[in-house]
Amino acid sequence: MSRFLGSSITKKITMALLGLFLILFLPVHLGINFLLLKSDPEPFNKAAHFMATFWLIKGFEVLLLASFLLHIFYGIFLQIQNWLARGKQYKITNYSQTSFFSKFMIWTGLIIFIFLIIHFMNFYFIKIGWVQGDPENFYGVAHQLFKIPAYIILYIFSFLILGFHLAHAFWSAFQTLGWNTTVLSLVFKGLGTLFAILIPLGFTIIPLVIFFTK
Amino acid sequence: MNITLKIWRQKNEHAKGKFVTYKLDDVSKEMTFLEMLDYLNEKLIKEGNDPVAFDSDCREGICGMCGLYINGRPNGPKKGVTACQLSMSVFKDGDTITVEPWRAKAFPVIKDLIVNRNAFDKIIQVGGYISVTTGSAPEANSIPVKKENAERAFDSGICIGCGACVAACKNASAMLFIGAKVSQLALLPQGRVEAKERVKTMVAKMDELGFGNCSNTGACEAECPKEIKLTNIARLNREFYKANLS
Repeated sequence: MSRFLGSSITKKITMALLGLFLILFLPVHLGINFLLLKSDPEPFNKAAHFMATFWLIKGFEVLLLASFLLHIFYGIFLQIQNWLARGKQYKITNYSQTSFFSKFMIWTGLIIFIFLIIHFMNFYFIKIGWVQGDPENFYGVAHQLFKIPAYIILYIFSFLILGFHLAHAFWSAFQTLGWNTTVLSLVFKGLGTLFAILIPLGFTIIPLVIFFTK
Repeated sequence: MNITLKIWRQKNEHAKGKFVTYKLDDVSKEMTFLEMLDYLNEKLIKEGNDPVAFDSDCREGICGMCGLYINGRPNGPKKGVTACQLSMSVFKDGDTITVEPWRAKAFPVIKDLIVNRNAFDKIIQVGGYISVTTGSAPEANSIPVKKENAERAFDSGICIGCGACVAACKNASAMLFIGAKVSQLALLPQGRVEAKERVKTMVAKMDELGFGNCSNTGACEAECPKEIKLTNIARLNREFYKANLS
C-alpha cells in the first residue's frame, strides 16, 4: 500500500482529482458573481452570507481549502522532481511539439496563487476577521474594487492566466485518470478549451460592465 | 553541401564535456545522418583525432540504438524517423547542426553522444515479460484474441525502447515507454495473468530510477519515431490503479 501511495502515478491522480474538484467550484462562484451586475446589493450579499454561514458550505469550504493546498503542494513537489530528472540541460531545445499551455503550468499556477492571496485579503480575510471590513456587504467591497483600473487589469490578467491553466488542466486530468481513447481525448480537449474560454470570460465581463456602466 | 556541426564531446561518464565545432564539406543530400557522422569520423581518424562516439546497430529504424538530439529535437526535424533514417536532404547548404546526447538523469552519458539506457532494461527486467513454460511453440490459434486488441497490442509493441520519449519530454518522463510495454501485454490474454504485478513493479522501478513525472505535454507522442500514442499512458494509469485498488 505504501508503494501505491508513494507512487508518481498516485500523486498525479491525486492532483487530477483535486484539480477537477477545484474546477467544479468555478461555475458556482461565477454564478454568484453575476449577482454583482444587479443594482440591488441584497441578492449578492444574501448569497455571500449563505455561503459564509450554511454548515454544509462551511464544511465544503474546508475541503476546498485543503484541496487547494494539497494541489499546490503536489504541483510543486512533482515539478521539482521533474526539474531534477533532466539533469544537465540541452544547449538547444525545440519544444514545438510540446502542447503550449502545458509548458507553463507551474508558473500559471503561481500567478493564480498570488491572485488568490490578494482575493483572500479583499474578501475571505474580512469574513474570518483577519482584515477590517463589513462581511455583510461584499457587494460594496467588490463594486469599490471594480472602480480601480489597476485592480481590473490585475483581475483580468489573473483570469487570462487561469484560462491558460485550465486549457491544459481540464484535458490533462482526464488523461491522468486514464479516461483517454482517441475519441474521448477529442471530447475532453474540446470541453476543456470551451471551459477555459467561458469561465475566465464570465469572470472578466463583470468588472468591465461595472466599471463602464455603474 | 557544406555544413557546420556542433557536437557534444565527452571523454567518459565523469568528464565535463563540451561542444566542439566541425566544418564538413561535400556532404551529400543522399546520405543519412549517421552516414554523415561516419564521413566526419573518417575525416577525424585521417587527421589523427578521436572519432565521435555514437550508438548505432541495424540502421533500419528497428533496433532503437541511434538516439541523437539534433537541433533541439530527438532524431531531428522529421516526424516518425530514427536518427539512422534521417536523410541529410532535410538540411540546407550552410546549415549549422547541433548534436547532443539524450539528456536525462536516468540516462548518463558514457561517451560523446552515447548514453547508458540500462534504466529501460531494468524496468523490463522487473515485469516487461510473460512467464511461460518453455517447450515447443504453442498453436497460434489455441487462445482466441480479439482482432481489435491484437491490433492495439501490436501498435504498442512496436516501441523500440530508443528513449526518444524521455529525451523529448521536458520532465524526462518514461511513461510512454512503460505505457507501451504494459499495454502490449495487458491487451493480450497471455499478458493478463501477471498484469497486476507487472504494472506495480514497473512503475515502482521507474520511480526508483529517477525519471520525471508525466505532465501530459504530448511531446513524447509527437517525437516518438514509432508514433506510439498517449492512450498508452492513459491505459498505464488505468492498469495501475485497477491493480492497486482491486
